[in-house]
Amino acid sequence: MAVLDTRTRAPTFLDEVVADTPGDDPRLDLCIQCGTCGGSCPSAADMDHTPRQLFAMIAAGMRDEVLRSNSPWYCVSCYYCMVRCPQEIHITDIMYTLKRKAIAAGHYRKSSAADAPGFSETFIDFVENYGRSFELGLATRYHLRHHPVDAMRKASSLGLGLWRRGRMDLTPRRIKDLEGLKAILAKARELETSGGDQR
Amino acid sequence: MKAYSYYPGCSLEKNARSYHESLMAVARRLNLSFDEIDDWNCCGATEYIALSVMPAYALVARNLALAAPDNGDPVQLIAPCSACFLNLRKADEYLQRRPDMAQKVNVALAEGGLEYDPGSVKVRHLLEVIVRDVGFESIGAQVVDPLTGLRVAPYYGCLIVRPGFNGGFDDPEYPTTLDRLMGVLGADVVNYPVKAHCCGGHMTQISESIALELLRRLLKSANDAEADVIVTLCPMCQLNLDAYQDAVNRHFGTNFQIPILYFTQLMALAFGLSPEAAGIGQEFVDARPALARIGMESEEEKPAPRSRRRDKVALPMPAMPEEG
Repeated sequence: MAVLDTRTRAPTFLDEVVADTPGDDPRLDLCIQCGTCGGSCPSAADMDHTPRQLFAMIAAGMRDEVLRSNSPWYCVSCYYCMVRCPQEIHITDIMYTLKRKAIAAGHYRKSSAADAPGFSETFIDFVENYGRSFELGLATRYHLRHHPVDAMRKASSLGLGLWRRGRMDLTPRRIKDLEGLKAILAKARELETSGGDQR
Repeated sequence: MKAYSYYPGCSLEKNARSYHESLMAVARRLNLSFDEIDDWNCCGATEYIALSVMPAYALVARNLALAAPDNGDPVQLIAPCSACFLNLRKADEYLQRRPDMAQKVNVALAEGGLEYDPGSVKVRHLLEVIVRDVGFESIGAQVVDPLTGLRVAPYYGCLIVRPGFNGGFDDPEYPTTLDRLMGVLGADVVNYPVKAHCCGGHMTQISESIALELLRRLLKSANDAEADVIVTLCPMCQLNLDAYQDAVNRHFGTNFQIPILYFTQLMALAFGLSPEAAGIGQEFVDARPALARIGMESEEEKPAPRSRRRDKVALPMPAMPEEG
């Protein structure tokens, strides 16, 4: 996968991003700066940096600036950039890698998308504790924590509408083998942190 | 009877139950069975992989392990939600390409008494099964109430057509299978340019202004094409377009009133099932006026006989004598 032999030099930020991206080689080093990604991106106008800019910054080793950018958090996972990229770079997968690295570095708190990781964390907290997602709990807890002023309006306008139409559970659904799932996830977390190579 | 393994996903249990109910009704007519895998868990949506890699893959792999047959026979696992479909399919493909990752996932799965051999479960989206395995001809044979006169905008969203883990079943930029399916049901299929654009996914929660703009583009395009309904194949797309349509109207000063239905609901209606059996009436933007225009009246919606109001010259009603 590596373009450059990391045995003869210290790994760069680019090497690190490539190494932390699951699947086969994400081909990030092959970016030709054509800008097809940003031109295809539905939320590019609200991003601090287009994907093209972000990839140039990664290549230049601008770790802090990249991990402070709101761009990965505004990625909507539509995969338009990924199917259009002439170099077949796994752009969406790289955006997820940048999210994980931004959380690890604590930098996301400085971006204008500072609530986004909280949504993911709250969502996953319910999954880890019940095995299924739980919309009412997610909306209530996430909005109370991140938008305390109008939490009730945000959570209740949608929640009431769903509930009235019989589309919302008031209590979470729990899988039968919750202990088994928790044991699997605990082991997976251990493997993630012990391996160094997160792939 | 053709049998498939079925992964409903969290949404179809409640918020998208009209999708599940209409699918089951349609499956009976098409002689298909969808057998829910026992004790499945959430696929992690687009959230887990933003936090960690191994737990996200282990979470998905537990479902694949539960779906895998003991005897090693190939099994097909059907997901009706685009996000579940992509997570299950992508994890399986990436684990096949990365034996080192698959080995670690199996170390984790062993803690729950499970194991998974990547590639042993073939994950497919429901639409592909309906279109490819059943086929337009067999579907057409079931149509007794064609949707003649109903202008339908087929909406694909993202994850069934991109990034391309669907076995090439449809085009990533300009898909057409849902268009053809709607045509077979007798609907007037409208062509609009954003049918595979994004609904915003979880952005309605994280950054509402971005999500509302993406939703506005979809609604405006379908509205310009004079669509009576938008038909979808994903619970996230349905929820965003339906439950946030009012928010779009308030934010942009628009007045869109486009019902958002699942393709299985329109199949059920065309197969002659009642609107109730097709799960009509659970949407925020009521689909019944649009359906009434093509003569599909809901039982509940027929005007109730007016209650008789007593006039002043009517005879007095008997009254119970006062006690004591």
